[in-house]
Amino acid sequence: MLSRVANGLYWMSRYIERAENTARLVDVNLQLLLNFRNLNDSTLAGHWMPIVQSTGDESLFTQLYTKASGENVAEFFVFNDANPNSIVSCIYHARENARTVRDQITVEFWGELNRIYLFLRSPAARELWQQSPSDFFVEVRNSSLLLQGLADATIMRNEGWHFMRAGRYIERADKTSRMLDVRHETVTEPGTQVLTHQADALGWSAMLRSCSAWDAYKALHGAEVQPALVTEFLLLSEDFPRSVRFCVEHLNRALRAISGVGEGRFCNDAEKHTGRLLAELQFCSPDDIFKVGLHEYIDQLQFKLDAISDALFQAYIFQPFQAETDNALQQQEEQQQQIR
Amino acid sequence: MSENPTLPASNPAQSTDFFRPYDPGKFFDEMFLPDGSVRPHYRRLHQRLSTMTAAEYEERHRAVDLSFLRQGITFNVYGDTKGAERIFPFDMVPRIIPAKEWDHLEAGLIQRITALNLFLHDIYHDQNILKDGTIPAHYVLSAKNFRREFVNFEVPRDIYIHICGIDLIRDDQGRYLVLEDNARCPSGVSYLLENRRALKRTFPRSFESIGVRPVEHYPDELMRVLNHIAPTNVSDPTVVLLTPGAYNSAYFEHTYLARQMGIEIVEGRDLQVRDQHVFMRTTKGLQPVHVIYRRIDDDFIDPTVFRRDSMLGVPGLISAYRAGNVSLANSIGTGVADDKVMYYFVPRMIKYYLDQDPILPNVDTYLGSEKEDLAYILENIEQLVIKAANESGGYGMLIGPQSTAKECDEFRQRVKADPRNYIAQPTISLSRHPTYVGNEFAGRHIDLRPFVLYGENTTVIPGGLTRVALRKDSLVVNSSQGGGSKDTWVLYGED
Repeated sequence: MLSRVANGLYWMSRYIERAENTARLVDVNLQLLLNFRNLNDSTLAGHWMPIVQSTGDESLFTQLYTKASGENVAEFFVFNDANPNSIVSCIYHARENARTVRDQITVEFWGELNRIYLFLRSPAARELWQQSPSDFFVEVRNSSLLLQGLADATIMRNEGWHFMRAGRYIERADKTSRMLDVRHETVTEPGTQVLTHQADALGWSAMLRSCSAWDAYKALHGAEVQPALVTEFLLLSEDFPRSVRFCVEHLNRALRAISGVGEGRFCNDAEKHTGRLLAELQFCSPDDIFKVGLHEYIDQLQFKLDAISDALFQAYIFQPFQAETDNALQQQEEQQQQIR
Repeated sequence: MSENPTLPASNPAQSTDFFRPYDPGKFFDEMFLPDGSVRPHYRRLHQRLSTMTAAEYEERHRAVDLSFLRQGITFNVYGDTKGAERIFPFDMVPRIIPAKEWDHLEAGLIQRITALNLFLHDIYHDQNILKDGTIPAHYVLSAKNFRREFVNFEVPRDIYIHICGIDLIRDDQGRYLVLEDNARCPSGVSYLLENRRALKRTFPRSFESIGVRPVEHYPDELMRVLNHIAPTNVSDPTVVLLTPGAYNSAYFEHTYLARQMGIEIVEGRDLQVRDQHVFMRTTKGLQPVHVIYRRIDDDFIDPTVFRRDSMLGVPGLISAYRAGNVSLANSIGTGVADDKVMYYFVPRMIKYYLDQDPILPNVDTYLGSEKEDLAYILENIEQLVIKAANESGGYGMLIGPQSTAKECDEFRQRVKADPRNYIAQPTISLSRHPTYVGNEFAGRHIDLRPFVLYGENTTVIPGGLTRVALRKDSLVVNSSQGGGSKDTWVLYGED
């Protein structure tokens, strides 16, 4: 498989997953606010800023907006072209990547990705957003899930497929950890079992809902939200498909399918880092995490995921192909052979 | 062909309604005779359309447009900074060509591409046609796309033009004329194939009852041509399609063809030349490449030989080509045949190399650099179409009768300043075809671009891309100038 194509599939998949997770994050937090009364600017900022921080876009946000209101944050995360991680931007990038690998994906897959792209650019998207933000987010989330289903059901299990899987799981691991990070400040002492403020409890359950984890958590641990159990569930669960461990395990499988190297060995740094991280998550308990500190632990985790992504790039892609904004190149591409 | 009894009987009252406002005018109309009756080969289609109401027709049309948009069957408009994509407007009423008429066209096209290939081989070797003065040497040697570096270079199997799009028009008498040759990288074939798919979904039963020749084998035929030219010492050649990239207006077509042929679509940066061999970079390292169907112009293909600033090309590709380790389709240097001055000489080439008269005549053409012609051009510019010799896509041209005095003057100056690079032709009243515009059928001018493949055998895909000028009275069918397209049906029989 062409290196550029592998790269395109990997990023296409990551961007779709990113759009879905952003939709989840903003949706749940908008709904959460409906539970509170008498919101002033500073409590609003207290609610939204950690969310902005969690995606790593804080400085861009403060450049673009003066106030961290729900409206601004949602606009920033959903429609703002200037934010490379907004839903609209993610779907745009996913589609741009898909365009360069059109021969690798099926007509059905492309059709759906193109549909959601055209929808987000149409006035209908704004209308739906005005009428019911929740329905809007469901639309985005469902499209991502439909794309995953279409990929599952229609795309050949070849190398390209494994690159898509690698992209999806590395992105999901990253996003789940970030969602958990939003709540780290409410954990005042290591090993806190019970949350004292009702608002905090609501925040934690909202976060679980962001990850589609609320029902699964309740079934396992009952309705009381305990940070240690939530942390265990979202970081270390073996069975929950959005937990970091689950994602890293599938990332590991995808990488091994690409290289053909068996368990317990590695042939490049991506495999080495992934194997180590997986082992660490497999042999870890919530106590270990709180000893380090939840935020610090998640920070390190994200650092490791970034290292895996970089190593993957080094191993298979060789050189940066993401010259999307290279105007001179684009101009020459356009100039070639107009339809005569 | 006998009348098919399974066709739904048409209600005459309804049938006149749907077409009533239609006026063939003083033009050659593809569907209607001057007296308003339907030409025999259109009768079944006309009958089928007549059973539809305008609402039904529009409903189907919307479905087709939507499916094109969703599938991304779009082109990028050059110079549109927002990167807006448009669907190539599609008209559902197909253009129909009966068997005998097609036989005539096919023979003419094959004759033409054969002569062009012989001509290119000649001018890049012995130059007999220049030496004996059949074509004045200075015209060829001054042609913008004449690649003197490739004189005496042996192209694989002696084929220069593998894929050719030859644009045909019909005049007010219905005579087919050649308007231009596209011997570099003609595009549009994916629209032809997609239009056919769309119409099959829209009028499934008509295909069977009317008897339409298939076009779906184009990718297979193309693949056969590409395999045919592979370096002879390679038993299982790797063929790739080289695209300028995702921002190119024809990118959809590139991916479409690559997928249909089951080959990799590569960009310049995916390829690397080592020791005069071409490789593509893959996740498993470098893999050899033997045949490149390139959709990049000569100028951009190798920055070490042609344009240095090209970022699309592959450094060293030409040296590998020269060493015979990789084959290109089309070959380097075919652009000279696209020069509109060379077009003027094609009938002479046919006579010279094949000793035949051209089956498909040219449009009368005046050359700016012939003294008498120039005087005629300057005198009659208001009646003529002026074209720059090396422009395409409807750019760099003037249609005298539809231009202001100021525009005509401007072109007079241009022609005087650079007569070698301008030609003039009488304004041809192109044939028209019923086309759905607004909420009724109206006559719109059309042309035809058949695609000719030249390999072990020469094949022409039945029909071609019929382009239609959607603007009223417009004679320019290019998509960049508001043109659309139609499916083209070549019949097994006469009606």
